[in-house]
Amino acid sequence: MARHIVASTSEIPPGSNKVVDIAGRDIVVFHVNGEFFALLNRCPHEGAPLEKAACVARLTSPEPGVYERSRVGEMLRCPWHGWEFDMRNGQSWFDPKRVKVRSYPVAVERGDELQKGPYVAETFPVHVEDSYVIVEV
Amino acid sequence: MSEVIDRPLRDDEKPAASRLRIVDCDVHPSLRSTDDLNEFLPKRWQQHLKEYGSHLRTPYLFTTPYPRSSPLIARRDAWPPTGGPPGSDLTFMQKQHLDPLDVEFGILQVLDLFIFSQQNLEFGAAIQRAINDWQLAFWSHRDPRLKASILVGQDGTDLAIAEIERCAKIGEYIQINVSPRANEPLGRRRYWPIYERAQALDLPLGIHVGGYGGHPPTGGGWPSYYVEEHQSNAHTIAAQLASLVIEGVPERFPKLKIVFIEGGFGWIPSAVWRMDQHFERFRSEVPHLKRKPSEYVRENFWFTTQPIDEPDEARHLRALIEWVGIDRLLFSSDYPHWDFDDPRFAFKTPLTEVERKKIFSTNARAVYKF
Repeated sequence: MARHIVASTSEIPPGSNKVVDIAGRDIVVFHVNGEFFALLNRCPHEGAPLEKAACVARLTSPEPGVYERSRVGEMLRCPWHGWEFDMRNGQSWFDPKRVKVRSYPVAVERGDELQKGPYVAETFPVHVEDSYVIVEV
Repeated sequence: MSEVIDRPLRDDEKPAASRLRIVDCDVHPSLRSTDDLNEFLPKRWQQHLKEYGSHLRTPYLFTTPYPRSSPLIARRDAWPPTGGPPGSDLTFMQKQHLDPLDVEFGILQVLDLFIFSQQNLEFGAAIQRAINDWQLAFWSHRDPRLKASILVGQDGTDLAIAEIERCAKIGEYIQINVSPRANEPLGRRRYWPIYERAQALDLPLGIHVGGYGGHPPTGGGWPSYYVEEHQSNAHTIAAQLASLVIEGVPERFPKLKIVFIEGGFGWIPSAVWRMDQHFERFRSEVPHLKRKPSEYVRENFWFTTQPIDEPDEARHLRALIEWVGIDRLLFSSDYPHWDFDDPRFAFKTPLTEVERKKIFSTNARAVYKF
């Protein structure tokens, strides 16, 4: 796995996402509740772009008439047919064993730390005062 | 059902490289606003639209289906950057749908203004006429790939015939659309003058399912949930197929072509088997039928593919396609709605090149004579 600096954290405000091309792959990075998640930008069903997915809550119901919302904003709802995926690991909500979206490890590191390491961005300007989102592919 | 997908698009799946040349039998254009119709709608009806609006068979304001899973039942990525509802911007439709999917012809299906459910028949006819003109001016004339249909309300049959004649003279429309939910089942004799004109003009009859007509959308009554109601498209269209066949429409109009749009096709084999079985037993009740129902279905009816059924095993879809008949199926995407089918990925079963070509192009070209 190689590490790719894809954005500064301020480029992806909470609740938004950014699509990046890493090694020919269309990858979408989401920022939710202070965390970043990276997934292949393609629904495994008919190929819809997940960057347009709704970021919804997990809705569960222990019995008819009782509804509970949790993990607000962490579930992706495909923009076409509404298939739901867990942003954390790409698992589908309805058939986790068979259907998932490829997900990638994400790290956030400070610019000044990056500058010391072997992963200094060659094509990205690095500002020591900012933090950077790094996706491993 | 897909396994984990982690592969880049193959070259032949990439829009630029694909030469799909498809005919898409279900593309939904939208009015940007009802003002779009002003140039086609007499002042008297513009005023009526402003003051009274739609008078439908369903009660109360906004009890009609929207948003139905997604605002305006649309794909979340189909909202034009220029504003307006999905399907209202030709340039965006070209960029998002027609060009990348290599749509050779797209057949417009207008759903705006509850066009078939208007209870005031003259207002309904005025709206239909305006929409028919708008389809040419805003769509077909600006992009010749997009084909318009003559929309008529069959409950005002005389008005419908007048509109069919008017549009047929223009010569640019490729089918006649009627409601999937009229006041009575579609096979009833009161609607036959429309079928007679359709046959005489050699224009297929297009019936796009959905909407409300005052009857519950299921035989069991009004459903509680959208997921429950969405199922009912298939029930409704099966009932209309039976009505048309059993009342004798194809017997009386043997050259009439009828296309069911957006009803899917998974329900067809069992509906047809049952009709044949019952026909053997109850033949004396319907002596006007000279042939088995399945024979009429195979000669007079076509079905668009979306929403495609997705059995767990690909071979079941394959068997289904064979039961229905490769020559009966016309590809449709339903762009820009949420249950859109992408022609590159929707058929999760192998098709030969010849079969593929039939479903995606030549069947429709034969029916609509492109």
